[in-house]
Amino acid sequence: MIRVLKAGFYTSIQDKGRTGFASIGIPVSGAMDRYAADLANHILNNSLEDALLEITFGGCVLEFSTATYISISGGDFSAKINNIPILLNARIKIHKNDVLSFGNIKFGARCYVAVKNGFLTERVLKSRSFYKGITSSFLIKKDDLLPISSSPSDLEQSTTSIKILKIHFTSQELKCDEGPEFNLLNDIQKKQIKNQVFTISNLNNRMGYQLKEPIKNYLPQLLTSAVLPGTVQLTPSGKLIILMRDCQVTGGYPRILQLSRNAINELAQKTTGNNIQFTFN
Amino acid sequence: MAFKRTYKPFGKQAILIEWNAVIHEDILKDILFFKDQLLIKRKGVYTDIIVGYHSLTIKLKAEVIDFYKEIEELKSIYTSKVKNHTQKKYIWEIPVCYDLKFGIDLEEMSNKSNLSVKEIIQLHSEKNYRVFFIGFLPGFLYLGGLDAKLHVARRLTPRLDVTKGTVAIGGAQTGIYPLDSPGGWNIIGKTPIQLFDPKKENPCFAKAGDKIKFTSVSVEEFHQLEKEVIQNKDIISKTVLND
Repeated sequence: MIRVLKAGFYTSIQDKGRTGFASIGIPVSGAMDRYAADLANHILNNSLEDALLEITFGGCVLEFSTATYISISGGDFSAKINNIPILLNARIKIHKNDVLSFGNIKFGARCYVAVKNGFLTERVLKSRSFYKGITSSFLIKKDDLLPISSSPSDLEQSTTSIKILKIHFTSQELKCDEGPEFNLLNDIQKKQIKNQVFTISNLNNRMGYQLKEPIKNYLPQLLTSAVLPGTVQLTPSGKLIILMRDCQVTGGYPRILQLSRNAINELAQKTTGNNIQFTFN
Repeated sequence: MAFKRTYKPFGKQAILIEWNAVIHEDILKDILFFKDQLLIKRKGVYTDIIVGYHSLTIKLKAEVIDFYKEIEELKSIYTSKVKNHTQKKYIWEIPVCYDLKFGIDLEEMSNKSNLSVKEIIQLHSEKNYRVFFIGFLPGFLYLGGLDAKLHVARRLTPRLDVTKGTVAIGGAQTGIYPLDSPGGWNIIGKTPIQLFDPKKENPCFAKAGDKIKFTSVSVEEFHQLEKEVIQNKDIISKTVLND
C-alpha cells in the first residue's frame, strides 16, 4: 500500500486508457505524456499497460507501507526519498515507511511514478485511468490508500539513470497534419496558423489546452462529428483549443489540425505561458 | 441505394468517412449499416468506430503506412455490403416525471411560448426519438425528432450542477444528462433510469439507431422506480424496432 500524505496540485492514476468504448461516449483518457509513462514502466520491466501515478507539478507526498521499486520519468520536480534527492529515469529501491516527496519545479509539467507491477486501483471498463463518472475517484486525495503489489526481489537498484533528450521538454515545435477542415480556411488564416508563435493560456488541463492568440474565424459550426486527442479545434471566438487525453469523443467545431502522437506527449509537458508553433509533416 | 461518401485521413491513425452534411435518418441508416459490416468483416482491426450525424471515424491500432490501400479496403467493404449484417434495434421506454418539482424550467418555457405546461409535456412524450449517436458525456444520447414547437434557446447562464437523469431541451435538441454535469439546457423533468452505469458490462443500453420514448410518470411512481433501480431491478421496457 501507499498512503497519500499530501495529494498535490493534480494527481491521478493513469494507464493506456480506454479503447473500444467511444461509441458510448467514453473518452480515451490515459497518461498525458505516454512517452514518459512508458519509460517509467520500462525501467522497472513492467508491462506498458501497468498503471502509474501522474503528478502535475509535484506537491504530493507518499508513504510506502510495502517495500518495492519505483522509477520516475517526465517532468523534474526534485523528487526525494526521505528528503534525499533521487535520480529520475532510474530504478530506486523503496523500503517500508520510506516517504517520497517533491520540491522545486525544474522542467516539465507532469511526472510519472511507476511502482513494480503497477498500481492496483479499481479497473473499470478495461482501464484504471481516473475519470469523473467512470472511476469512483477522479483525483488522488489526502489519506487515500493506493494498493500496489508486494514486490518480487528480482530487481537491482540502478546507480545510473537513462539519459533522455531534453528537447522533449524544450522544443516549441509541435508536429502536426492538416485536420479534416483545414481546407475550409482561407490563405490568411492558413498562413497565420503556420507562422504564429502561440501562447498557452491558463485554460489548460487533461481535457484540452486553449491558446491565447485568436485567428479571425469565418467558419460555420459543423454537424457534430468525432474528435480525437490531439485534434486542434477553431472555436467561434477564434481561439484554438488543442484537445488532450480526456477530451469528449465528439465535437462541433472545425478540426483544423491533428497533432502527431509525439507532439501530444510534448504538449503534455507544457503549461500556462509556454510558447508553441505548429510544424507540418 | 449507395450514398455519396468521401474518405480522408484524420491524422496518422484515423480515417474520416463523410456523407452529405445533413441530419437525415436515411444517412444514419447507411452509416450504421457500414459500421455493422466493418464490425463483422474486420473484427478486431479497429480500436474504435465513432458515429457522427454524417460521419464515421475509424481509429486504427497503429499509424497507417498506406492510406490509399486502407481506404480502398473500406470502399470495397461498403460496396460488398450484405443485408443480414445489421444489429437488432429497439425502442426503449424511459419513464420521466415532469412534475414541477423536477421540471423546474417548465413554467418559464410555458410563459415564453403559447403552450401550457400540460401541452409541453404532451408534445414531448408523444413522440419517438431516434438515437443518432452517443457523445458529449458517456451515455449522452443525441436524439432527433423534437417537435419544432418545443425548440427553445439554451439558458443564458448554464447551471453548474445538473443532476444525472435530468431531461432537458436545448435549441432543437432534447436529451437526458447521464451524469451530474454543468448544463445550459432547459430542465423539463427527470428519469430514475441510469443512462450510464460503468459497473455494467454494457454501461449504456441504448445505441445509435435505436429509438427512445418518454412516458410520463407521477412523483410517487418516480420514487418507486428509483428504489427499484437502486435494487438493481431491470425496469426499462423495450420493443423490437422494425425499420
